[in-house]
Amino acid sequence: MLEVSKINSFYGKAHVLRDLSISVPKGQVVALLGRNGAGKSTTLKSVMQIVQTMSGEITFAGTKISGLMPHKIAKLGLGYVPEDRRIFTDLTVLENLIVGMQPPREGAATWTQDMLFDLFPNLAERRNNRGKALSGGEQQMLTIARTLMGNPSFVLFDEPSEGVAPVIVEQMAQVITQLKSEGLTILLSEQNLHFAKVVADRAVIIESGEQKFDGTLAELEAHPEVRDAYLAA
Amino acid sequence: MEFFVAQILTGLANASSLFLVACGLSLIFGVTRIVNFAHGSLYMIGAYVGYSLIQVLPGVVGFWGAILLAGIVVGIIGVLIEMLVLRPVYKAPELFQLVATFGVILVIQDLALIIWGPEDLLGPRSPGLRGVVRIMGEPIPKYDLALLVITPFVALSLWYLMTKTRLGVLVRAATQDREMVGALGVNQAWLFTGVFGLGAALAGLGGALQLPKGGADLLMDFNILTPVFVVVVIGGMGSLPGAYLAAIIISVLNVFGVTYVPQSTLVLMFIVMIVVLMVRPYGLFGREEVAGEHGQVGEPERPIKPASNKARMIVGAGLFLLALLPIFGSSFSLVLATDVLIFCLFAASLHFLLGTGGLVSFGHAAYYGGGAYVAALLVTHANTPMELAFLLAPLGAGLAALAIGWVCLRLTGVYFAMLTLAFAQLIWSLVFQWGDVTGGDDGLLNIWPAEWLKSTSTYFYFTLILAVSGIILLRHIAHSPFGYALRAARDSKRQAEAMGIDTARVQLFAFGFAGLMGGLAGALFVFAKGSVFPNELEIARSFDALIVVFLGGVKTLAGGVVGAGFFKGIEETLLRFEYWRLLMGLLIIFVVIAAPNGVVGSLRKGLERSGLIKAGDQ
Repeated sequence: MLEVSKINSFYGKAHVLRDLSISVPKGQVVALLGRNGAGKSTTLKSVMQIVQTMSGEITFAGTKISGLMPHKIAKLGLGYVPEDRRIFTDLTVLENLIVGMQPPREGAATWTQDMLFDLFPNLAERRNNRGKALSGGEQQMLTIARTLMGNPSFVLFDEPSEGVAPVIVEQMAQVITQLKSEGLTILLSEQNLHFAKVVADRAVIIESGEQKFDGTLAELEAHPEVRDAYLAA
Repeated sequence: MEFFVAQILTGLANASSLFLVACGLSLIFGVTRIVNFAHGSLYMIGAYVGYSLIQVLPGVVGFWGAILLAGIVVGIIGVLIEMLVLRPVYKAPELFQLVATFGVILVIQDLALIIWGPEDLLGPRSPGLRGVVRIMGEPIPKYDLALLVITPFVALSLWYLMTKTRLGVLVRAATQDREMVGALGVNQAWLFTGVFGLGAALAGLGGALQLPKGGADLLMDFNILTPVFVVVVIGGMGSLPGAYLAAIIISVLNVFGVTYVPQSTLVLMFIVMIVVLMVRPYGLFGREEVAGEHGQVGEPERPIKPASNKARMIVGAGLFLLALLPIFGSSFSLVLATDVLIFCLFAASLHFLLGTGGLVSFGHAAYYGGGAYVAALLVTHANTPMELAFLLAPLGAGLAALAIGWVCLRLTGVYFAMLTLAFAQLIWSLVFQWGDVTGGDDGLLNIWPAEWLKSTSTYFYFTLILAVSGIILLRHIAHSPFGYALRAARDSKRQAEAMGIDTARVQLFAFGFAGLMGGLAGALFVFAKGSVFPNELEIARSFDALIVVFLGGVKTLAGGVVGAGFFKGIEETLLRFEYWRLLMGLLIIFVVIAAPNGVVGSLRKGLERSGLIKAGDQ
């Protein structure tokens, strides 16, 4: 469904991604693993074209998206959940959801505010609170809910388990598993291998912007030397 | 008591236009991060278009219809400006868009002159609202009462739009993080265009609404700009309730000021602003501006290097040619070259502040004009010899800069810039209104250099030596340990402080030093011209310097000087044409779009791309 082939991305002069290719088939959850600074976030931002790719090609559901504006890519059904949450802190929970609102999409679940409040009961209670009043976990949930309001058929999650309490991490894993069972295709970046094992079908490991491993989590399990070389303990 | 109430009502009525223009500016800044200096021009067009429409449309319906239509027309003009001028430059370094809006100001000034002529147009009365109503015995114009009703109505509509509609939610979201709004599937480009159009329409409406009270003239654009900035800053950038409250405060205060302290009306506004910002650094309802928080992060700064030997030789050869000018040039070319040199020094001093210091001052004319006035006042009132005046003028300007910098540097970003503008205006209004000492609008005359510098060519050499030494000194300091500290404070205040750099002190000293060099340029100016008028302290003069620094290239060391030389030269050439502003404005807009890194920056990029020089070479 998502084909990233041989992309190169830069921050100024720093060469962050090098000929990176990733393929995510429909209905799969792929975990993008690697250490801090390996280029995981940049990969997701490149797919969204928030970071522009200098060469290579990205296609989504058969459409070439490299070179498009981020809003056009979002309109094609690609949702993005950023790592630093980036909710609109001056807006209420409801207003945050309104920003993410997009018309229903063929081939993807259609979300309503009520369905999202069922999925994240904490947010329901706080619907009229401003974003800045939420806890870290609630902000993380809001970020996901906001993206789901766009009825995406594919979601990029940037480190959903980072910086939230263990109980929230567990909840995130449940939510992602549920979304997958409803047919959503997912590419998520992670440092937390345990989290990846719970939710993902396949793992791609990158280091210095280059792909070092691509296989199932069972295969990764069978090669502890790969894990030791490229993942933090 | 009756009088008091009447005064307050008048103040509230006057707040109407001010509020409309200010909230338009605030809205535009909130979403696009552009400080739209052309906002006063949109207000002016609103008045002119409204005037013309009222001539055509009859009766009460025609009058109000014309005002509404004027707003719509200006809104459309705003949309065009956004699409044609600003869209191509959103990705340029922050604040570069400012320069484009300067260009728009110039273009609109001449277009208004061409279409409506130079005479002031007397505002048409509103049909049905010609007389006065007596409230507690005091006459209140009926039109004022109408304004009293209209403003809250417009304010409420805007509030509804911003809080209750999806569009309003999107606008507020984009104010905070426009990149994220884009990633959620919202086309920012249209959001920007829409907001710019709405802001422009509000300005146009404000201009048309004040017609029965003030009419239309060609000075409206700059005249409204200062109070509007003051209102937006006092209220808090991006806050509508803040703009409303601040517009009322300023207008009511102004009405009372006219009655009780007529000499200080201009000063009053700035004192209020300074007091408010000292207590609430982000205005009454504003919040802290975090520059480049999300979205607008430009290319990292390139390290600057001392000029290479080759570059030094080229500059040296240029200076040698310049020094030969008195031998083969005409006396006109000498005067022109002197003017350009002075302006180069002035621009270089601002460039030092902007480029090396990262401190965007909108009021650098305060020190240039300040230096000129210090020298002129010393000569006029104390018969000071020229040589001493040349020493004291930069010192005076530098001290003023230290004092003003001490206050302004408590703020950052756009608030800092606005506060520097306010202080510059404060000094301008002091000079303008304190006629006994400064000569007011008539200026100070007969400030000639000493006998040994009387001839044009000696004065040219004198200017050449002082200006070039000044510019070299400024460059030298950028490469000194102090310059390193200043650049560290610019790039990361916190990290610089963690390394033990007292960033507040470093920046204050830089501000003072830039003021000092600006003052030196001012002193050179006053003795070259023999006179000085308040317009050397005006916003327009500060803008001149800003334009050339930005157009030259903020991020390059030579940018200020090259920009100043280039554009002063072109301006002097264009001045011969009747509509030079139009040409200059179009040229500025063209350069902004064609060379978004400034002339020097874009030139270097072009050379790098073509392989003529290596990346990183000077």
